[in-house]
Amino acid sequence: MNEIYFNAYAGYLEGVVRGYRDGLITAPQYLNLTQCETMDDLKLQLATTDYASFLQNEPSPMSTSTLSARCTDALVAEFQYLQQNAAEPISKFLDYITYGYMIDNVILLITGTLHERDTHDLLEKCHPLGFFDTMPALCVATTVQDLYSTVLVDSPLAGYFRECLSAEDLNELNIEIIRNTLHKAYLEDFYAYCQSLGEPTASIMSEILKLEADRRTVNITINSFGTDLSKDDRAKLYPRLGNMYPEAQTRLARVDDVDQVKAILEQYSEYKTILAGVSLGASTGGNDVTLEDRFFVREVQFNKDSFEQQFHYGVFYSWLRLKEQEIRNVVWVAECISQQQKDKINNYTSIY
Amino acid sequence: MGLSYSYSSYSRNLLGATIASLAVWAGLYLLLTGRGERFNVGGYLLRISPYMWALYGISFCIGLSVVGAAWGIFIAGTSILGGAVRTPRIATKNLISIIFCEVVAIYGVIMAIVFSAKIQAVNSSAGFSRSDYYTGFSLFWGGLAVGLSNLICGLAVGITGSNAAVADAHDQQLFVKVLIIEIFGSVIGLFGLIVGLLVTGKAEDFAGVI
Repeated sequence: MNEIYFNAYAGYLEGVVRGYRDGLITAPQYLNLTQCETMDDLKLQLATTDYASFLQNEPSPMSTSTLSARCTDALVAEFQYLQQNAAEPISKFLDYITYGYMIDNVILLITGTLHERDTHDLLEKCHPLGFFDTMPALCVATTVQDLYSTVLVDSPLAGYFRECLSAEDLNELNIEIIRNTLHKAYLEDFYAYCQSLGEPTASIMSEILKLEADRRTVNITINSFGTDLSKDDRAKLYPRLGNMYPEAQTRLARVDDVDQVKAILEQYSEYKTILAGVSLGASTGGNDVTLEDRFFVREVQFNKDSFEQQFHYGVFYSWLRLKEQEIRNVVWVAECISQQQKDKINNYTSIY
Repeated sequence: MGLSYSYSSYSRNLLGATIASLAVWAGLYLLLTGRGERFNVGGYLLRISPYMWALYGISFCIGLSVVGAAWGIFIAGTSILGGAVRTPRIATKNLISIIFCEVVAIYGVIMAIVFSAKIQAVNSSAGFSRSDYYTGFSLFWGGLAVGLSNLICGLAVGITGSNAAVADAHDQQLFVKVLIIEIFGSVIGLFGLIVGLLVTGKAEDFAGVI
């Protein structure tokens, strides 16, 4: 029955976002990009894509960081067009997507303040999608309590902070814990919200969010080796959803090194393929495939699949994720070109 | 929100229980006081004027058809607009989906005109004839059949039209393929039209007892 009502709220936006999807860089275009010898060539090749209007006014020796910033501008412009044209249930869904970026911005600002960086530099580094009004005030906070009561209580993130308030002072480890707790709370909340939207949004988004949760679980496990984080605290950081919840998570909470992680994951069919030929943790350099890349490939696949159905909200999330992946790809190619590392240039995650 | 939801469901249950108990009470009262024959559905239906039946049928016919057409047009139309932002070429081509939806309303109009031609003033002092009752019933059910089939047809064409627009925007070659499915969808409204014509075909105009 969803088909009958869906277009009343989101028909136009779905058409627009599918148009954006068709603007993603395709395999032949990637091939052209990798053939480039200089950044100017690359810029010329990108002139046939959606990034053209954002890149055309850049002065000629373009750095990769400028390229990345302009590409992000293109993404943000498109997303904001969607937000401006959205009405109720879809606008809330789009807002939920931005909360993830807000969390990253909050953490970036707290970390920056801890290291006494300049506020303006920090604000420039924040992701534009995660910008909220009281954000600049974050730089004055010194304790978690301050942070919450002066700034975040008015932001949409207030609810996610409930579990972090026990942390006393802001140091490197605590910030990392706050970041993961926030992401965990956000992921669980977003998942519950998607489930409340009903089919087919619920099933499509649950696949994507479960993968995200699993990726967080694995990353938290691997990154916690060799830190002060106790095993109980580690278990608390795992999102309570995903294919690894709860069985694999309880086992991952007790492991001590990367090989044990690998041994556990290999018992689950959906992660067996992800791990094949992957060097976990310690990078040995060269053309090794990292676990992150494998998760990216899996994520791209899920996000592509969500375009196979019409009349659901998943396409908005998926398009954003695919576009982000595309920007990572373009920046990777640009890095390889500017650093003359042409042998690694094909290590991008192809989308279409 | 959960509180208000539970409150509304509670009041709805209360209302339903009240109506049901009143109905049971009234039924038992009639039955136990020896007046059970008053509970006569058939007699009630026969007391309704054949004009009432006929005009209800006509209004269902045109009303439901227009709802179906309008619904289909907005389902297809919003997707065409959205898709046309990036690929403007789909806009003109996909107007065919809008026309298919519009046709559904035209079916309803045609049938309403055909039905209403059967309504004539009854001047006989003896009232309605048996044939007039048949005309009233057949126009009612014929009109309902046409209206409902056109409503569903409009939805089907609207959804496939939206699919066609999105598919066309992605890949030009898909347009004709999806259009074929859409045509099959638009034909089901025609079935309702044919059945509506057959059902009312034997009905005479209103004349009264001659």
